[in-house]
Amino acid sequence: MTLNLNWGILLEESATGDGPYWTLLATGLQWTLATALTGWVIALLVGSIVGVLRTLPYRPLALLGDIYVEVFRNIPLLVQLFFWFFVWPEVVPQEIGRWMKQDMPYPEFITAALGLGWFTAARVAEQVKSGILSLPRGQKNAALALGFSLPQTYRLVILPQAFRVVIPPLTSEFMNIFKNSAAALAIGLTELTFQMKQMVEYSNEVIVSIAAVTTIYMTLAFAVNRGMAWLEKKARVPGMIGGGR
Amino acid sequence: MNTDASPMIRFVNVNKWYGRDHHVLKNINLEVRQGEVVVVCGPSGSGKSTLIRTINQLEPINNGEIWVDGIRANDPRTNINKLREEVGFVFQHFNLYPHLSVLDNITLAPIQVKKIPKDLAERTAMELLERVGLANKKDAYPANLSGGQQQRVAIARGLAMNPQVMLFDEPTSALDPEMIGEVLAVMKQLAESGMTMMVVTHEMGFAREVADRVVFLDQGVILEDAKPEQFFTDPQTDRAKQFLRQILAPMHQ
Ligand SMILES: Nc1ncnc2c1ncn2[C@@H]1O[C@H](COP(=O)(O)OP(=O)(O)OP(=O)(O)O)[C@@H](O)[C@H]1O
Ligand SMILES: [Mg+2]
Repeated sequence: MTLNLNWGILLEESATGDGPYWTLLATGLQWTLATALTGWVIALLVGSIVGVLRTLPYRPLALLGDIYVEVFRNIPLLVQLFFWFFVWPEVVPQEIGRWMKQDMPYPEFITAALGLGWFTAARVAEQVKSGILSLPRGQKNAALALGFSLPQTYRLVILPQAFRVVIPPLTSEFMNIFKNSAAALAIGLTELTFQMKQMVEYSNEVIVSIAAVTTIYMTLAFAVNRGMAWLEKKARVPGMIGGGR
Repeated sequence: MNTDASPMIRFVNVNKWYGRDHHVLKNINLEVRQGEVVVVCGPSGSGKSTLIRTINQLEPINNGEIWVDGIRANDPRTNINKLREEVGFVFQHFNLYPHLSVLDNITLAPIQVKKIPKDLAERTAMELLERVGLANKKDAYPANLSGGQQQRVAIARGLAMNPQVMLFDEPTSALDPEMIGEVLAVMKQLAESGMTMMVVTHEMGFAREVADRVVFLDQGVILEDAKPEQFFTDPQTDRAKQFLRQILAPMHQ
């Protein structure tokens, strides 16, 4: 079998009329980056808050955090995206629903970024919680005994240690969010995988299209991995758990 | 503020349960006057840690009253964070913040809680580090210190808040024997400076030499509260006699 790969296709004008094929993929990359990064910011913020809630000595708040995680972690991402895109606008007050369907800018992108953010937040919350619980109990008591309020105790003593502990598991969640962003093609976001399908359809160069996109995804994963490794090294404390490896 | 008439720490009919049936502190009445050093001892599980932790409300109590420097600690209207600023606490396992340098460990609470300017807080911290003999370790991280050094930093951290009282929960029992002396020396010096101290310890040499009173706790009850020479030479209860035999000559029971 001989593979006749036409790499030059990337430079050829696409049948969609949007310029050469590589610009199709470039657009896809932009949306993938925008969706994954926005989603990640949301996931970190929401996930940290939910993770902290679950460790608080107030039952109702802890329960609220637990429910969030169970709901968002156990429903398939694709179903969640469909829900936010098709069902949510029908559930909210009519005015808002109409705005979402007609006037909201970039509806696919906003829905995908938020949906991916909520979903990933549940996974981040799980990591943050176990990071906090992995710390010796004495740390919290030592802070309280010196007169720190509970919020100060979290901000100054618990979270700086917990985040150091969870950098490695968060790295894989960060890598996952790029891969998971491909699910957004189901609601019509022209992200990388969507564009790959386009290119396959119009150019018939299946292998080249897939190979090009695979390379891009792997480059992204590699960049995230190196970035987080750098962060872990920078945050390392002499002899501390999680920093000593 | 405190006068000689009102004690620095006062327990009035304090009871505490863990869960429903574990009565861990039973009708505790105890006073510690300003400048006094009180050693608390007793068998494992007798409630010593629980007792000392109720003073700054790291452990809540079920009934009774605890007063610290004229303020009722277990009153829901008391600003407990404010009260804790006045009460230093030294733990068995040091509990230094591993992500901060020695200097930052000491200055964190003064800067964040008391809002003391950074340079002033650092100057005070350096004075305290001199006092505990660790000025040269100010930039080290806790994990790179010996246990004895960590505990001396923990004492300096407590003192940096300029507290009225210092509480110690078995401050030397996690240490290798050769490091116990250096920590006890710092505590003795602190006692001589007039600090009010309550110390849970089994270091009977320290109790004999430094304490004004020894309190013996057994199964949540204060069985003895006496001057050291009286406690060691003429204990009133069989439980205390047995305890002293075990602790002073563990090989010959
Ligand atoms: N958080 C808790 N929940 C339930 N029981 C507890 C708790 N903390 C301590 N206890 C129990 O209460 C009793 C008193 O414990 P405490 O730690 O005060 O004793 P101690 O005199 O300090 O003992 P040790 O010498 O071993 O430190 C023990 O039986 C212990 O098992
Ligand atoms: Mg104890």
